[in-house]
Amino acid sequence: MEVAAGGGCGAGPPLLLSESEQQCYSELFARCAGAASGSPGPGPPEATRVAPGTATAAAGPVADLFRASQLPPETLHQITELCGAKRVGYFGPTQFYVALKLIAAAQSGLPVRTESIKCELPLPRFVMSKSDAEIRFGNPAELHGKKVQIPYLTTEKNSLKRMDDEDKQQETPSPTMSPLASPPSSPPHYQRVSLSHGYSKLRSGTEQMQPASYETRQPIGQPEGSSSEGPGSKPLRRQASLIRSFSVERELQDNSINYPDEPWRITEEQREYYVNQFRSLQPDPNSFISGSVAKNFFTKSKLSIPELSYIWELSDADCDGALTLPEFCAAFHLIVARKNGYPLPEGLPPTLQPEYLQAAFPKSKWECAIFDSYSESMPANQQPCDLNRMETSVKDMADFPVPTQDATTGDDKQALKSTVTEPLPKDLSEDTATSKDYNSLKARPRSRSYSSTSIEETMKRGEDPPTPPPRPQKTHSRASSLDLNKVFQPSVPATNSGLLPPPPALPPRPCQTQSEPVTEADLHPQLNRAPSQAAESSPAKKDAPHAQPPSKPIRRKFRTENQTTESQEPAAAVGGAASAAVVKPHPTVQKQSSKQKKAIQTAIRKNKEANAVLARLNSELQQQLKEVHQERIALENQLEQLRPVTVL
Amino acid sequence: MAVCIAVIAKENYPLYIRSTPTENELKFHYMVHTSLDVVDEKISAMGKALVDQRELYLGLLYPTEDYKVYDYVTNSKVKFVMVVDSSNTALRDNEIRSMFRKLHNSYTDVMCNPFYNPGDRIQSRAFDNMVTSMMIQVC
Repeated sequence: MEVAAGGGCGAGPPLLLSESEQQCYSELFARCAGAASGSPGPGPPEATRVAPGTATAAAGPVADLFRASQLPPETLHQITELCGAKRVGYFGPTQFYVALKLIAAAQSGLPVRTESIKCELPLPRFVMSKSDAEIRFGNPAELHGKKVQIPYLTTEKNSLKRMDDEDKQQETPSPTMSPLASPPSSPPHYQRVSLSHGYSKLRSGTEQMQPASYETRQPIGQPEGSSSEGPGSKPLRRQASLIRSFSVERELQDNSINYPDEPWRITEEQREYYVNQFRSLQPDPNSFISGSVAKNFFTKSKLSIPELSYIWELSDADCDGALTLPEFCAAFHLIVARKNGYPLPEGLPPTLQPEYLQAAFPKSKWECAIFDSYSESMPANQQPCDLNRMETSVKDMADFPVPTQDATTGDDKQALKSTVTEPLPKDLSEDTATSKDYNSLKARPRSRSYSSTSIEETMKRGEDPPTPPPRPQKTHSRASSLDLNKVFQPSVPATNSGLLPPPPALPPRPCQTQSEPVTEADLHPQLNRAPSQAAESSPAKKDAPHAQPPSKPIRRKFRTENQTTESQEPAAAVGGAASAAVVKPHPTVQKQSSKQKKAIQTAIRKNKEANAVLARLNSELQQQLKEVHQERIALENQLEQLRPVTVL
Repeated sequence: MAVCIAVIAKENYPLYIRSTPTENELKFHYMVHTSLDVVDEKISAMGKALVDQRELYLGLLYPTEDYKVYDYVTNSKVKFVMVVDSSNTALRDNEIRSMFRKLHNSYTDVMCNPFYNPGDRIQSRAFDNMVTSMMIQVC
C-alpha cells in the first residue's frame, strides 16, 4: 500500500497504533472491506463524495461509518483529504486507519491534522478508550444484541467515564435517554446529547448493520448489512444505539430522505417546547419576538455572546432583527444543539430553514397542535406536568434557568386556564356557531381559550343533537311561516292577509309570521311534545292569542299552561266565537290540496280550543275588572268621607 | 480584486479589516489609515448633503502597486474603505458602487443582530463570507 505516501500519515499511525487499536481498526477495515471487494469505500468516488457527508446519502460503508461518527461534514472532508483523498481516492487500509484515527482525534476535540495522529502521547488515551469500547462493540453479538449507548465521545470531561458506564448499558435505557427534547432520564449521559433526530442518520448507518429493523430513511444503498458492522468504531456505535432506539420510536418519519442533517431536525416534542417558550415571550404565534427580548432570553442559555450572535445570524433569515416562530424555533434548536456540544453549522441547515419549518409544521398546525395539546391537558394538571417534564429535560440539556421558565410557563398556564374558564360559558352559549367557528378559532391568536373551544366544541357537538330541534324550530317559527307559505300556495297568504288583520287571525302560515314573537314561548312546550305537529299547531295557536290583541303576555302565560293541558282537547269544545274567524279562512282553504286542508283543519281545531280558553279567560278577567271597579268606588267613598276631616 | 476591505467606525477606529492573504496586511492597514484623512477632508469640504454614496478615488497611491482606494461613508459616519488593485481591468464605477451597496447591506444585517453592540468588532460570519466573496470575485 502506499505506506510511503501515507507519509506523515501513513507511516505514523501504523507504528503508533496500539494493539487494541490495531485490532479494532483491522476489524473495521475487514468489515468494510467485506462489503466491497478489497478496499472499503466501494465506490471511490462515492467515498470521497460522501465524505462531505451531506447531500449524497450514498454509498459505501466507509461513508456511513464516517457519517455515523457524527462529525460535521467539513471535518469529515478534512479527514478524508488528509488520509485518503490526496491519494488514489479509495480507502486502503492505511487511509482507513488514518481516517479512523483522525476521527478519534476530531471527536476528542483535537484538530484534524496529520500532526494529531503523530502525536501519540496525548492521543492514545482517547483512542484507546474508544477502541476499548470499540472492541466491545466489535463483537457482532454485542452489536446486535444491545445498542450500547456510548454517548458521543467528545471533549466533554465525562466522556471517558461515560464510556465505561454506557458500555454496559442495554438498549432499553436508550429510549429513556432519548436525546434532546426529553432526555430526562439520563442527564449524566447526556452531556453530549445527540439530537434525537440526528440519529436517524446514525441509524441509517447502523441499521444496515443491525438486523433490527428500523426503517431507516434509506438503507442508503447499503446492501452489505452484516459487513458494515464497521461502526465498531466507537463514535459510531454510541450514537447508533441511542439513535436507533430513539429514532425508531419517534423520528421514523423524520428520516426524510432529503435531509441528512439529522442533528438539526426538530422533533415534535422539541417543537412543542419551543412553541411554548415562544408563547411565553410573545403570546401571538403569528407575530415575532423583538431582538432585545430574544437577546435576554437567549442570554439565559449562558452561551457566549459571539456564539449567540452567530446563532442569531443563522436563524434570523430575513435579518429583520426579530424572530418569527420558525426562526425562533431554529434559533432555540441551535442553542440546544450548541449546549449539547454540537458545533454550529456554517449555514442554516435545511431542516431549520423557516420555510421548511413552516411547511413541516404550518402555523395553523402549530396552533392546532397547541390546541390539541392544551385541550388534552385541559385538566390543568397535565400541562404543568408535561411542560415541567420537558423543562427538566431541557434543563438537563441546556442550562436554562428552569425555575424562571417554570414560573413563566406556570403563569402562562394559569393565564391560559383562566382564559379557558372564562370563555367556557361563552362557548357553551355559542352552540352551533362554535362548530363553524372552531377552525377559525384555531387560527385566531391566543387570547381566546383555544383549549376551551376545543373541549367545548366536543361537548357542544355532543349537545348539539338534542338541543337543535327546539331552537331551529323556534327560529323556524319565523321561517316556518315562510316555509309554510311556500308549502301552501302563495295566494293563500295574500288572501288570508286580507281576511285577517296582520297579527291575528291569519290562516296558519301567515299567522306564524306575526304571531311568532308572541308564541315563541308557546311553541316550546308544543315543540317538545310533537315537533311536527307543533309546527302546525303553533300557527293555529298563534292565531288564537292574536285574535285577542290585548294582554298578550298574560294570555301567553295562561296559554302555556292551558295549552299543555288542553292541547289534546278536541277542537269541538271551542265555542262559536272562533268559528266565524275560522269559517272565513275555510273558503280559502278549500282551494288548497287535501293535505293542506287537513293541516288547516287541525289548525282550526286547535284554534277553536284556544278560542275557548281565551273566552273563558276573558270572562274571568272581566269579572275581576268589575270587582276592581267596585273596590275603587268603595275606596273613593272612603276618601270622600275622610277628606273633609283632612281638609279641615 | 478588492485587495483589502475595511470598515471604520465613526471614531475612526477599525471595526473590520480584511485583506487578501497574499499581501502584507500591515501595508493595507496603513493605506486605509491614510485614506481616512482624505475622507475627513472631503467630509468637511462637502459640508452638508454628504449623505449618499460618496466615493473617494485617490488614484495611484503607490505607483508601483497601482492601488486605488475607494471610500464610502454612511449616515452614521461609518466608513467602508476598499483598496483595489487596478492592475487588472479597471473596475467601473458602477461595480464599485454595487460592491459598497452590498457591504452596506451586510453591515445593516450585522447591526440587526441584537447580540451585536455597535462599536464592537464585526465578527459575523455572514459578513465575512460576503466580504470574502467580494474579494475573490473582484479578483
